[in-house]
Formats: sequence, C-alpha cells, structure tokens
Amino acid sequence: MKVAITSTGNTLESNVDQRFGRCAYFVIYDSESKSVEYIPNPNKQISEGAGPASVQILAERGVHKIVSGDFGLKVKPLLDSLKVQMIVIKHTPKTVSDIIESLEH
Amino acid sequence: MFIIFAVNKSSLNMSPRIKRIRKVVNPPAIKGFKPYGLQRRDENAESVNLLIEEYEALRLCDYESYNQFDASIMMGVSRPTFTRIYASALQKIATAFVEGRQMAIEGGKVYFDSDWYQCNDCLCFFNNPEKNILITHCPLCGSKEFQRNEDVDLYENATSVPKEDVCVCMKCHYEHRHRHGNPCKNEVCPQCGGIMHRRNNIKS
Repeated sequence: MKVAITSTGNTLESNVDQRFGRCAYFVIYDSESKSVEYIPNPNKQISEGAGPASVQILAERGVHKIVSGDFGLKVKPLLDSLKVQMIVIKHTPKTVSDIIESLEH
Repeated sequence: MFIIFAVNKSSLNMSPRIKRIRKVVNPPAIKGFKPYGLQRRDENAESVNLLIEEYEALRLCDYESYNQFDASIMMGVSRPTFTRIYASALQKIATAFVEGRQMAIEGGKVYFDSDWYQCNDCLCFFNNPEKNILITHCPLCGSKEFQRNEDVDLYENATSVPKEDVCVCMKCHYEHRHRHGNPCKNEVCPQCGGIMHRRNNIKS
C-alpha cells in the first residue's frame, strides 16, 4: 500500500509539513517494497487551487493514505470521494522517518 | 411617529440568520428522476429541485430509519430545523409525483464528511473513507486504542453536537447518559434506587 507524507525537505530527517497543498515535497512510501520516493511539489507557489492539484498528483500514483498536518476545505470532500484515508498530525512535530517507522508497526 | 417609522425601516433591512452548513455523509448516487408515461406533455413544466440536504434528511429518516433527533445530530442541525428540512423534502417529492414533474437533486448548503477518530497512542487524527468497513486499529501506529472524535472540526462551527445529556440520581449522584425518548423521571437509579433527574433541569 502506498502512503504519501507531506515533507518540508527531501531527506528522511525532514519534518512533516503542516500544509497539504503547498508543502515542499511529497514523500511516497510503499509499504510492500519499502521504497521511498520524493516528489517536489510543483504547486508550492500557486495562489489558488493548490490542494486539488496536489490531490491529482497523488491520485495518479495510487496513494491510499496521506499523512499531513491539515487538509483544506476543497481537499477533504475530494479525498473522501476518492476513498483516500487522511491522517492528521497536529501539535506533535514528527520527522518523516518517525512516520515510516510507526507505519511499519 | 417618525421614530416608529425609523425602527420599522431598520428592522426591514435586517438580514436573516446565517444558515448552518448541513453535514452530508455521501453525495447522492443519481442527479434526479424523470417520470415516464405522461398523459400529456407540458412543455413549460419546470423540474422540482430537491436540495441535497433534503435528500440526506430523507435518507437518514426513512432509509436508515433513524429518529429525527439522532438524524439531526448527524447532520449538525437542530431538531426543529431537521423537521423543517424533512417536511420540505416530502412536500417537493409529493409535488413531483402528483404533477408528473422531473426532479433534480442538487444545491443546498451542505458539505460532505466522513467519521473522524483520534488515536490515544500517537495522538494523530484519521478518518474512515470506507464507510462499510469498521476500523480496528490506528492506520499510523497500529494501536487499538482509539476513539471517535466529534471535535475535529476542520469547518469551524459547521457542526455542533448538543451538550452531553446526562441523567443524575438525586441521592447518590450516579450518572448515565440520557436515552432519547425515555424520560429520566421514569428511571430508577441502579445503585441506590433513587429517582433520576435530567442534569440540565436541576436548579442549583
């Protein structure tokens, strides 16, 4: 199963980005092959509609779960209809490697 | 005389209360209905517009057979408002039936949302996109300690859950959650046999 994590940088030690649509990088972790892929977010500087555009990038890659800090008003109904699970991490800053570690429980 | 006129004018300009956003679980599967076998075709007949919130009220009440109180909580509106939405839904469906008009399901002040949970171990929030499958563990850390979270409100003030409704025993202060349609005064405290009261009704 593929899991997308929003990240502030392109290393495993980067923190989880609190924004979804305008995060710096998407980290796509495949729990079967244990592979990690970094995608720079092309929608970082977009003034409007960054969320839905980012959803499209992730949906094309067949992501089932998304870990982020928050999801916007336009993104939530879209992900609901695509049946993608949202995991919101607030208050506790975590690095990408922390997330991957706990995903392998 | 002039003052009365001024007051009247200002009250006329007052805008109505803002409608609460109604919570809808799933968008409807279809966009509307078409009648068939019309006796005579009326070219000017407009279609009846059933709002999505009215569709949801009908689905909760008649398809899922919740009572109106529970259904109103699910939609995040008050019970009287829910009754109004439901009555308007029946009125529109009856109109479409009797007059043989088309029905379009669209519009309304709604948002779509799924259930949210919070994990007690890693403190993350997560939702359940597959409504038919029950969640057994936290998707992040695999912990089985999680709870339904009513407070995750990405749409502030969009939904409201009424304050917790509790029945209290007057003697030993035993409490349990009030069951709707079951008057507290008819209940007996399981611990001491005293008479129960609704907490909100007790005058301090």
